[in-house]
Amino acid sequence: MSMLVYLIPVALFLGALALGSFLWAVRSGQYDDLDGAAERVLFDDDEGKPAAGP
Amino acid sequence: MSCCAPGAEGLPGGALALPSDDEVRFSARDLGDGLRQTEFSVPAVHCGACIQSIESGLGKLAGVEAARVNLSTRRVTVRWRGDQPPPVVATLARLGYPPTVFDEPEAGKDAALSELLRAVAIAGFAAGNIMLLSVSVWSGAEGATRDLFHWVSALIALPAMIFAGRIYYRSAWSVLKHGRMNMDVPIAIGITMAYALSLYETMHSGAHAYFDASVTLLFFLLIGRTLDHVMRERARTAVRGLARLAPRGALVVAADGGRDYRPLAEIAPGMRILVAAGERIPVDAVIERGASDIDRSVVTGESAPQPVVEGQAIQAGTLNLTGPLTLRATAKAEDSFLAEMLRMMEAAEGGRARYRRIADRVSAAYAPVVHLTAFVTFLGWMAYTAGDWHQAITVAIAVLIITCPCALGLAVPIVQVVAARRLFEHGVMVRDGGAMERLAEADAAVFDKTGTLTLGHPRLVNAASVPPGALAAAAALGAHSRHPLSQAVALHGEGTGPVFDALAEKPGLGIEGRADGSVWRLGRAGWAAGAGAGEGTVLSRDGEVLARFEFEDALRPDARRTIAAIEDRLGPVEMLSGDTLAACRRVADRLSIAHVEADLMPAGKVARIEALASQGRKVLMVGDGLNDAPALGAAHVSIAPATAADVGRNAADFVFLRDSLSAIPVALDVSRRAGRLIRQNLVLAIVYNLFAVPIAIFGYVTPLIAAVAMSTSSIIVIANALRLGGPRPEGERQEGNRPAEARG
Repeated sequence: MSMLVYLIPVALFLGALALGSFLWAVRSGQYDDLDGAAERVLFDDDEGKPAAGP
Repeated sequence: MSCCAPGAEGLPGGALALPSDDEVRFSARDLGDGLRQTEFSVPAVHCGACIQSIESGLGKLAGVEAARVNLSTRRVTVRWRGDQPPPVVATLARLGYPPTVFDEPEAGKDAALSELLRAVAIAGFAAGNIMLLSVSVWSGAEGATRDLFHWVSALIALPAMIFAGRIYYRSAWSVLKHGRMNMDVPIAIGITMAYALSLYETMHSGAHAYFDASVTLLFFLLIGRTLDHVMRERARTAVRGLARLAPRGALVVAADGGRDYRPLAEIAPGMRILVAAGERIPVDAVIERGASDIDRSVVTGESAPQPVVEGQAIQAGTLNLTGPLTLRATAKAEDSFLAEMLRMMEAAEGGRARYRRIADRVSAAYAPVVHLTAFVTFLGWMAYTAGDWHQAITVAIAVLIITCPCALGLAVPIVQVVAARRLFEHGVMVRDGGAMERLAEADAAVFDKTGTLTLGHPRLVNAASVPPGALAAAAALGAHSRHPLSQAVALHGEGTGPVFDALAEKPGLGIEGRADGSVWRLGRAGWAAGAGAGEGTVLSRDGEVLARFEFEDALRPDARRTIAAIEDRLGPVEMLSGDTLAACRRVADRLSIAHVEADLMPAGKVARIEALASQGRKVLMVGDGLNDAPALGAAHVSIAPATAADVGRNAADFVFLRDSLSAIPVALDVSRRAGRLIRQNLVLAIVYNLFAVPIAIFGYVTPLIAAVAMSTSSIIVIANALRLGGPRPEGERQEGNRPAEARG
């Protein structure tokens, strides 16, 4: 049972990591245009490169 | 037009004046360092190719720093430098995406959505980790290990209860303050009690803790709430992105003759305003110089344009068709006709304000029953165990937890989310879920004529009987005029007509041009061919009539079928219009509408709807004009086309984006099916409680049983709701062309 001392914090840490990256993604506007993101992934990088946008 | 836009036909914008450079500069936001940012709403954007063509097209313009399309909100954000804006509007229009300036830049950031997403994330994180620990407890962890797991769970659950739970606490508190009840009240009580009890148990090394139940419940409910919000926000931005009909400002002539674009709010009575042909009149005013034709269809419902001359008063919101006008403002914007309509709307808001949504009615009945049951259980156990209050409270709270309306809280919103999505696919925007409930109840329909049953622009009906040469000449001449009748004729041209020069538009009369040494005129018979030529619209050469043209206001596609379907499935249909009786009769006869009321003022429409309501009818109002706005507000439920005046669009519960009226039967159909599924879901949730509550009352509920029971009921309810999104029942594909008996 002593490994619990490591395992629980490890599990929590990994979960918190995922939570943190999700919150970061929300804050940096990555969920602002879900439909657009679905289309942009198909663009060729050289021609349809979106300008550094707002 | 745009490349692949299935929903774009019928979007307004083509015929409307594009925003001027003044307007673009006026609405720009200064980012500092000479950089400015303007947001445009571009309803025609539909796919990846649209994004690419807009971004590369705008990116090439000098002065444009960056252009980025947001496909979800159909918006383009442009950052530019310099004093004059780059030709963004013209470029977008040329690419086939006519823009309108979007003047609420902050609205792009949806603060409520970010909060919901954060809450979902925190609740999800907590639910996952606590479930991990709970499974260990259920599978046999005991003693100190179990206590440790419970403590860790309590610790994880705390931020979730605070951050994610506050959405429910806030909502529950705000309705309780007003002495009402909604589903959030029992939810807030349930999760709080579950947490408090579990904390107490943990402190005393108890065997059962419900941290997992309360956090998982929160997680599921928040997912439903977020989806609901996303769906509604999507509809709202789609409606908000439609072209504005009300002008944002006007070109004011200063005392020294200088011209200055001023926002609407700064226009005071006495100011002189310039209005070009094709623009809308910003405020109530008197014509100081110039003559023109005025399209009042959006304001009064009259379908035929009216000639106006110097000295005449014109109302805000009407469209100046043929000649530039100099006006003197007679009222401020907030005192204009539009504002009067807004006041009437507030006064008329009746049936809708009184309507209580199904979820609220159910929870008003449900919460007292649940809380009473828990209380009686507590008393019962106190008596049975002779005062073992710990045992009694534990069981009573277990009753609260198991009845905590997870399924009930999801039953209504999930169905409405799926229904709204289904309607979105058909080009119908829904303001909120309550609108669908009200539409399902409606049993009488009232239609406006101009712009609603008809498209609001005339169509040439006798093209076949006009000599081809004359038609070609008339079309070539008509193409130079903005008058709707000229434009209707121009549609029939094939480019074979003569080439005209010395073109002159005569406001109120018609258009004149020279070709091959003759004078050609297209317009009123009395002007084009002399007093003896009678009435109507003719083409003349040197005063000799070559052809006569007959017009009628084109009906919206599927109008006849829609009216028939509505009479079948909803109830009696009436037509209320501000137009003349003769014009109304013509349309009514073609659609076989028996009850027609013409020449109505806005108050008259409201009065008729109130009369129907006092007979116990629940009225569906379909209308588009400014003059319909009070009626749209007064009706039990209302629908407006995308071409409606801004106020009408905002007053309506549903807005349909395509030309065809078949959107109405589709909306009716989906709303009724949604209503049926909601009732099924409520029954399912109640059946679940009938089984679960006795188990809880007799004290057999453990956290494991609670978790299994609650997730099962939620999954059943969600699966049932998804049936609405499944294969369409036969007929919906044909957009309302369905036999009456198929669906009630």
